[in-house]
Amino acid sequence: MPFMDEIKTIHLDILKEIGNIGAGNAATALSTLLNQKVDMSVPKVEVVSFNEMMDLVGGPENVVVSIYFRIDGDAPGSMYFVMSLEQATSIIRRLIGDSTFTIEQIENHPFAVSAIQEVGNILIGSYVSSLSDFTQLNLQHTVPSLSIDMFGAIISYGLMEIGQVSDVAIVVDTVFFAESDSKNEELNGHFFLLPDPDSFTKIFSSLGISDNG
Amino acid sequence: MDKTEQLINIGIAELGIVKGNQVIRTCGLGSCVGVVVFDGERKIAGMVHIMLPDSGLARDNHVNVAKFADTGITALVEKVVLSGGRRSSLKAKLAGGAQMFQFSSSSDTMRIGPRNVEAVLQQLEKLQIQVLGSDVGGSKGRTIEFSPDNSLLNIKIVNQGVIII
Repeated sequence: MPFMDEIKTIHLDILKEIGNIGAGNAATALSTLLNQKVDMSVPKVEVVSFNEMMDLVGGPENVVVSIYFRIDGDAPGSMYFVMSLEQATSIIRRLIGDSTFTIEQIENHPFAVSAIQEVGNILIGSYVSSLSDFTQLNLQHTVPSLSIDMFGAIISYGLMEIGQVSDVAIVVDTVFFAESDSKNEELNGHFFLLPDPDSFTKIFSSLGISDNG
Repeated sequence: MDKTEQLINIGIAELGIVKGNQVIRTCGLGSCVGVVVFDGERKIAGMVHIMLPDSGLARDNHVNVAKFADTGITALVEKVVLSGGRRSSLKAKLAGGAQMFQFSSSSDTMRIGPRNVEAVLQQLEKLQIQVLGSDVGGSKGRTIEFSPDNSLLNIKIVNQGVIII
């Protein structure tokens, strides 16, 4: 399906609303967990080339902390929760109550790994379940998988499905940040939702909008 | 030549050619594979950033050849030869094909890294190009740089320094 050619403003608006609802719930969950105010931006929905995608988080070589989830069910796709090293460190410190923790220790620190994975789990869980409620589609997510590596290496994995159909991806990008850090872009986290190519039709039709608008 | 032209960056699913003391680089290889085909004597090299194993997976009509192992390597070899490389002198080096995320599921998408590597090696063998070195697999991302000047491939891995092959 040459869906990229048929995508219209109304479709992008729907995806934006999905991002808004999903991330809004996730931000609330994160705020409760950290006992700290968490804000989010209005989601950006963009049709980007794979190389433009890399630049959303500081280029392909930028090292980030990411938690990857696969979404299964009626509308499969990939989801990422991406943080800077600084932001992940501050969240982990808060959760495990150890202010001396540094991200270099994480490989020998199963407690920190499980803390940050649990954050991802809670966030994506609330994102996916609100998405599922909104669209009435049956969606589940896999267990979280943590990786600290170059953003290019991480995100390209989520582009495999779309890569078989197209050279561009539709990405729903929501930025969130702790209120105290709102002026510091380095401390921004991202949710990326990358629906598989066939999932777009299902999402749109579940909301009563046909493919060709 | 301009200094800016000394370093050529290759994005995902792209390919490019360098000569002499120029450097060609691709960043953030995960399950993707970076393949260099070069003629060491004539100092000409090409690099491709392969994303998927087989162009048969493509479901659209206008295929970007550089995206797939089979078409990408064929196109790369043609381009290196067109730029003055001698077909019979061509050698290859490659890196990438990691498994970035560990899942219990063994579905095909999850194994994309190893499948990319297999497909690249198969295609190189088919074209009778000898592989002089490789650093593949594992679970870490890589950034690679190659210069035809010394035919060395620099592989940078986060927190693990640099490997030269």
